[in-house]
Amino acid sequence: MTHYLVRRVATIVPTLFFVSILIFGLQQLLPGDPALILAGEERDPTVVAYLHQKLHLDQPLPIRYLYWAGGVLTGDLGESVRIQKPVADLIVEKLPVTAELAVLAILIALAIGVSAGIVSAVAKDSVWDYAANVFALWGLSTPNFWLGIMLILFFSVQLGWLPASGYVSPFDDLKANLAAMIMPAFVLGNAIAAVLMRHTRSAMLQVLNADYVRTARAKGLDERVVVLKHALRNALTPVITLGALEFGTLLSGAVLTEQVFTIPGFGKLIVDAVFNRDYAVVQGVVLCTATAYIVLNLIADIAYFLVNPRLRDSHG
Amino acid sequence: MTAASVETIGVPARSSPGRRALKRLGRRRGAMVALGVVVFFIAVAILAGSLAPYDPIATSWSAVRKAPSAVHWFGTDEIGRDVLSRVIFGTRASLLAGVVSVSIALAFGIPIGLAAGYLGGWIDALISRMTDAMLACPFLILAIALAAFLGPSLANAMIAIGISATPIFIRLTRAQVLQVKVEDYVEAARAVGNSHLRIALRHILPNVVPPLIVQATLAIAAAVIAEAALSFLGLGQQPPAPSWGSMLNTAKNYIDNAPWMAIWPGLSIFVLVLSFNLLGDGLRDAFDPRSR
Amino acid sequence: MRTTWWSIRALGLIAALAAPLAPAQTLRLGLAEDPDILDPTLARTFVGRIVFSALCDKLFDIDENLNIVPQLATSYQWSADNKALTMKIRPGVTFHDGEKLDAAAVKFNIERHKNMPGSNRRGELAPVTSVDVIDPSTVRLNLSAPFSPLLAQLADRAGMMVSPKAAQAEGDKFGAKPVCSGPFKFVERVAQDRIVLERYSNYWNKGEIHLDRIIYLPIVDATVRLANLKSGQLDFIERMAASDVPQLKSDSRFKIAKVTEIGYQGLTINTGKSDLAQKNPLGRDPRVREALELALDRDGIVQVAMDGEADVGNQWVAPTNGFYAKNLPVPKRDVAKAKQLLQAAGVPSPSFTLMTPTTSDAQKIAQVVQSMAREAGFDVKIQSTEFATSLNMADKGDFEAYVLAWSGRADPDGNLFSFYGCKQPLNYSGYCRQDVEDLLVKSRTSLEPAERKKIYADLATIVLKDRPIIYLFHRHWLWAYSTKVSGLRTIPDGLVRVQGLRMK
Repeated sequence: MTHYLVRRVATIVPTLFFVSILIFGLQQLLPGDPALILAGEERDPTVVAYLHQKLHLDQPLPIRYLYWAGGVLTGDLGESVRIQKPVADLIVEKLPVTAELAVLAILIALAIGVSAGIVSAVAKDSVWDYAANVFALWGLSTPNFWLGIMLILFFSVQLGWLPASGYVSPFDDLKANLAAMIMPAFVLGNAIAAVLMRHTRSAMLQVLNADYVRTARAKGLDERVVVLKHALRNALTPVITLGALEFGTLLSGAVLTEQVFTIPGFGKLIVDAVFNRDYAVVQGVVLCTATAYIVLNLIADIAYFLVNPRLRDSHG
Repeated sequence: MTAASVETIGVPARSSPGRRALKRLGRRRGAMVALGVVVFFIAVAILAGSLAPYDPIATSWSAVRKAPSAVHWFGTDEIGRDVLSRVIFGTRASLLAGVVSVSIALAFGIPIGLAAGYLGGWIDALISRMTDAMLACPFLILAIALAAFLGPSLANAMIAIGISATPIFIRLTRAQVLQVKVEDYVEAARAVGNSHLRIALRHILPNVVPPLIVQATLAIAAAVIAEAALSFLGLGQQPPAPSWGSMLNTAKNYIDNAPWMAIWPGLSIFVLVLSFNLLGDGLRDAFDPRSR
Repeated sequence: MRTTWWSIRALGLIAALAAPLAPAQTLRLGLAEDPDILDPTLARTFVGRIVFSALCDKLFDIDENLNIVPQLATSYQWSADNKALTMKIRPGVTFHDGEKLDAAAVKFNIERHKNMPGSNRRGELAPVTSVDVIDPSTVRLNLSAPFSPLLAQLADRAGMMVSPKAAQAEGDKFGAKPVCSGPFKFVERVAQDRIVLERYSNYWNKGEIHLDRIIYLPIVDATVRLANLKSGQLDFIERMAASDVPQLKSDSRFKIAKVTEIGYQGLTINTGKSDLAQKNPLGRDPRVREALELALDRDGIVQVAMDGEADVGNQWVAPTNGFYAKNLPVPKRDVAKAKQLLQAAGVPSPSFTLMTPTTSDAQKIAQVVQSMAREAGFDVKIQSTEFATSLNMADKGDFEAYVLAWSGRADPDGNLFSFYGCKQPLNYSGYCRQDVEDLLVKSRTSLEPAERKKIYADLATIVLKDRPIIYLFHRHWLWAYSTKVSGLRTIPDGLVRVQGLRMK
């Protein structure tokens, strides 16, 4: 088993290496001289020259990669040229925001997905099954930026119940923080509710037909107890690991959701940086999120492996 | 297929797994409705020229942002174009965005996944690590960077989405190939002396196809949304050519005073994507009876 | 159970007492972009100037009519040969860290603007060769040649003064914690989220300051920005979308203020930047450019693309500007004459590619231009290009026509020199004529407004005939704010000045 674990962990290194090349290449190959847009309106040639020199833009691509990679390995992710702040500082500032958004989104997705999945499994093939399916799918079928704007117009402008945008730290004011995060979290969570629902449904179906559940029913236990206590507990494990794996989808969705709701998180940071050619920011942030994703995957794999004795034996 | 099965007398020839799946699909009402909707949209896209009442790019200074009426069923947009005609023609762009992107992803993903799964060894390791790397980057970021790199246009957006979606198909194909590789009939084919290429294409590939079809259908849904997202950022279909995503992008500035500009393209995206999702779900259940 | 209830109530009480009292007068202002570095020497964006107008005072300021008025400098005097500007510094002014603002500080700042690596102010202060401290309240700038735009430069970032002590201590990290001498001092900044400023109690003009705090919140999407205003989360927004004006006008909770900008929106044509200019009839033949201009109905463009919120124009300054050449008014649309000119030029149906940034305004303008020009026979192909890429292509001359706007400068030289001077950085059209060069230099060295007006009229006659840039219109700055806010001065540079601003 340790053999498997060691092999699994070792794959992180080449993967991260490829991630770094991928994101570096994509950024640096973006058309246009970044110095021109970073130099501001007046495009003063001395400023452009200064930026060329500062960003090593006069050097060939592989050298620039080495500069950057070298920096990363020593903990220096570079600096945002636009606002002159170290990328590491920006990440530390923004990470909790997107993380909170992601967690709230997963909670909402679990609430929607799991309940829809239960309904769908228990009322299999009925109109409830179909309705639950559509309900879970609709989040996947609506562009999230679109949904966001509609929600803002309804809940903020029309009803005035929730703030239209902005972010308040939960340590400053928890109520305001939740009020600001609930709409974007809903928009995000919606999208992955479908995946969670599908898995809950199939897991529940497998369990509901299992022997020990039939035994419980035969013993005369209340149907609700059967479902909730026995079936759900077993169905939830894979569902939760799946939630962790949907992290990647969440981050994709966060990109536009944060833009629309003006949440100062990773997503917004990346989009603005791509359009402003603020390379270091994009590279640093994507490297970070990729690492987090890879680590989460690893943990999920190991957890699954530990939980499932058959896999353990076959890999010895 | 093999000599053994033909010997059984008095039993009707078994239909192929594909045909059985299609029969199961036919019995699921939801998926059939979804299929009908998809076919409807395809028809609209093909017949756009005859269906649209106006030229989708004909501007009219006097009819700027008019509400839906008998003259313009869906209203007009910010420079006086008929929204209904633009939605009808936009079907082409959105369907193309979905289908072409996924075709690109399949065209790259299947061969690479096949190679990785079948050949194994260091080729597999290399491909798997690169695929992991691509999957570790958020899909939309990849698409944005690629689209910005290629330049804003519908064609480039399709390429960008297609490339960003490729790793999923690589992974899926590879996983399926690994499963099928150890089946008896593959061993038999190898024993008989078939070349690797023949085995890969004739024996492995057809059995790998069902989950790919399911994933492809779901990916089309995601690609239509991705096109809308890229258009939202200014990277997809460019004006004056219509696409639902770019219509939404323009409409967001006029939601208060001209909501119809956003309602119809938004609804169209929703219905089309929902249909693809339901169809994909239906196909998944049809191909794999165990999931019921 | 009872103890839990009491402890909950006790906690609630403690929380209520501990909650900080909300600051009395906090203005929450929605910006259209996130500002860049808050260091006047390095700053590069328009939106940053809005924050600076509360954070950093400058030597001079401009008023509604673009006249120079004193701020940190109380008076000025040109030398006889106009090659030296002596300024008297307002006494008793201090920086936010308590340091004195005197002539030595001014000298430090001018030299910082000129010498700091990466400084964006170098070009603006190019003719300044040295700075002399005459006495603690008098400073003299020595120039290599007379330079009339200087005062306008000193009424913008080049005239902003930062604390020498803080600047020396922080070096190029100064922008993270700027220390200036404006009515508000820096409290904190969270990138892309907020910039918080707090009243500076020792401001020299504190009688005019009626707010305690300002929070700048960048919200890029205009619809969302307006939604924030309407839902009460913002008190003030800048750059409201023109299409939202009619609806907000009828909402009695809010007021709209507008003023015509000092910048412009136009079509820049490649007439000599690269060999694409010669290959395309539009770049090659001034008659084709004239035909294009005649094919356009500027009023129509303003109506459709800007919802009427712009003034038509055909020069680098608006028709209401003192330097506008009145003898060259905005031409009316004349499709027949346009067709005639194209016949005479031998190209009855010319075609060209219009490079258009992906911003919604530019897209609308391009589509309207395409549609109008078609009637005269033009086949316009719209090439949507991401903004950063379009700058690069323009710089290389990789375009035929380009939809480009300029935010404008108080002195007309700011709208001219960099665009028409041979090899200047913003001269994307590649326009280069000796007579134009001479006139540009003359306009800079003359300090007489009447004389400069004449020079600009001469310049207009030449440039408007060549049409390397077809000016379309001058947008309205649109501000929207709650009726609680009053005292806004509508100054054409688009900045929000805080002196006189009140909240009920």
